[in-house]
Amino acid sequence: MDNAQPKAGIIQIRGMNKWYGSFHALKDINLTVRLGERIVVCGPSGSGKSTMIRCINRLEAHQSGSISVDGIELHEDMRQIDVVRQEVGMVFQHFNLFPHLTVLENLTAGPMWVKNTPRTEAEANARTYLKRVNILEQADKYPGQLSGGQQQRVAIARSLCMEPKVLLFDEPTSALDPEMVSEVLDVMTGLARGGMTMICVTHEMGFAKAVADRVVFMDAGQIVEEGAPVEFFGNPRSRRTRDFLSQVLQH
Amino acid sequence: MLFADTVRNRGLHEKPRIILALFVLSSLLAWWAGGGAAGYAALFPVREAALGLLGDLGLACLLGAAFTANLVLISRFRFRLQVLIVWAELLTLFLLFFLAFDLSFPFILKKLPYLITQGAVTTVYVSAISIAIASVIAIIGAVAKLSSNGFAFAVASFYTSLFRGLPLLVQIYLLYLGLPQLGIYIDAIPAGIIALSLCYGAYMTEVFRAGILSIPAGQWEASRSMGFKFGLTMRRIILPQSVPVIIPPLGNQFIAMLKDSSLVSVLGIWELMFLARTLGNKEFRHLEMLITVAVIYWVLTILFELVQARIEAYFQKHRKR
Repeated sequence: MDNAQPKAGIIQIRGMNKWYGSFHALKDINLTVRLGERIVVCGPSGSGKSTMIRCINRLEAHQSGSISVDGIELHEDMRQIDVVRQEVGMVFQHFNLFPHLTVLENLTAGPMWVKNTPRTEAEANARTYLKRVNILEQADKYPGQLSGGQQQRVAIARSLCMEPKVLLFDEPTSALDPEMVSEVLDVMTGLARGGMTMICVTHEMGFAKAVADRVVFMDAGQIVEEGAPVEFFGNPRSRRTRDFLSQVLQH
Repeated sequence: MLFADTVRNRGLHEKPRIILALFVLSSLLAWWAGGGAAGYAALFPVREAALGLLGDLGLACLLGAAFTANLVLISRFRFRLQVLIVWAELLTLFLLFFLAFDLSFPFILKKLPYLITQGAVTTVYVSAISIAIASVIAIIGAVAKLSSNGFAFAVASFYTSLFRGLPLLVQIYLLYLGLPQLGIYIDAIPAGIIALSLCYGAYMTEVFRAGILSIPAGQWEASRSMGFKFGLTMRRIILPQSVPVIIPPLGNQFIAMLKDSSLVSVLGIWELMFLARTLGNKEFRHLEMLITVAVIYWVLTILFELVQARIEAYFQKHRKR
C-alpha cells in the first residue's frame, strides 16, 4: 500500500474519532481505500466496524479528523451529502428493502426518483442487475414474499442500480439462515471479480481469504492491524488478532 | 380477528349451568319489565286479558325460554350466519323501539328527499373537505412535532394542545364570532370547515406522528444511503408504509367528524342537524326528524366503513405471501 500518494484513494479517513456521549467509539481511524480495492473489516462485536463504515456515507457523524469520498470532504455543513450517498452504495444486515414496493420498484426507485432516469431505461437496468444476482424471476413479487438470501441479493442489486463507485456491506450475511449465506457470498464474490470497490464488514473469513485485497482488524474502536489476507491469516502480528482468529477459525 | 388457537375452547353455551342461569335471568327480566312497560303490552295482546300472577309468570318464562333457545340455536351456526342473524335480530329490536314512538311516516317520507339532497350532501361535503385539510395539517403537525427544531415543535405542540383542549362548539363560536371582531368576515360554511379542520387536524397530528414512528429506522437509513432527500423519503417511503397503520384511527376520526359536523349547525349551515331541527320545529314533529337524521348518519357511517375496508385491503397488498 502506497501511503505516499494519498490522492489515489477514493476514500480517505484521517485521524477520525467518534464519541457516543462519553463513550469513545472510534479512536484515531486512518484508512485509505483505492478504486477497485476490496477491503474486509473484521473484529469482535462492539469493536466499531459497522460504525466506521456507516461514517463513510454519513449515516453516522464523526466528531474529529476527516473523511473524504471521491474528493468530497464529509462534514456537518456540507451540501453535497446526497451526491456522496449516490456514489456510495450500502447493503445492510437486515436488507432494509422497501416492503411496500415490488422488487422491480425497489430497484428503479433510486434511479427514477433521484437521478431522473426514464422508467424504461431504469427498468431495463434493474432487470440486468436482477439477472446478475440470479433473481430475475422474482421481479414482480414483494420483498415479504422472498427468503432472506433472496432479499439480500435484491438489496445488492438495488445498490448496484445507483451505479455507485463504492459498495459498503454491513454484515450482509449475519441475519441469514446458514444455507443462504453462500448464495449471497457468491454474488459478492462475482462483484469483486468484476472490479467493484468494496468495503465489507463480515465474519466470513473464507470470503476474506478468497477475495480481499486487504483485511482490516478492529478492536475496541481502533484499527489494530491491516494487511493482505495471506499475511493477516498466516502471520498475524498482534496478540489480539491472534486471539480473535483462533476463536473465529477453530470451528 | 385475534390470533386463533388451534384448540377449541368449550363455549359458554355448551355449559348447562350457564344456559339455566341465562334462562332464569331472562325470565326474571321479562317478568320485571312486563310489570309496567307499555310496549310489552302492545306487543303481546294476551296480556290485556289479565292473566293473573301465574299467567304473568308463565308468559315471562315463555319469553325467557325463547330468548335462551335463540341464543343456543345461533351458537350452532357458522360464523357468517351467526353474524347475519344477530344483526337482523338487533336491527329488528331497534326498529321496534322506534315504532313505539308512534311516528308519522308520511311526514318523514315527505321531508326525506330534501334531508338527503340538501342535508346529507352538505354534511358529507363539509366533512370531506375538512378531513382533507385536516390531513394536510396533521402531516405538517406530525413532522413538526417530531422535528428537532424547537420553534417548529413549540408551534405544533401549542396548536395540538389548544385545539384538543377546547370543546369543538367553543372553537366554532370563537371562529365565527371572534374573527369579525378583528375585521375578518367569513361565511358560515368556510368558518365551519376551518373549525372542523383545525380541531381534527390537532387530533390527527397524533395519529400521523404514531404512524411515522411505527416505521423502522432501517427504512430511513436505506433511503438516505441512496441519496433520497427528506421530502422524497417521507412521500414515497415513510408515509405510504404508515398508511395501513393510520387508516383505522383515521377512519375513526372521519366518522367522528361526520357526526361532529352537526355542531356547525349553530352557524346556520343547512346540514342534516340544522334541517332536522328547523323542519321538525315547523310542524312540531321533532322526534320524526331526529330519528330520520339519526338513521341517515348511521347509514353514512356504514357506507364509509365499507369504503375504509376497501382502502385498508388495498394498502395491505404487499403483506400477501
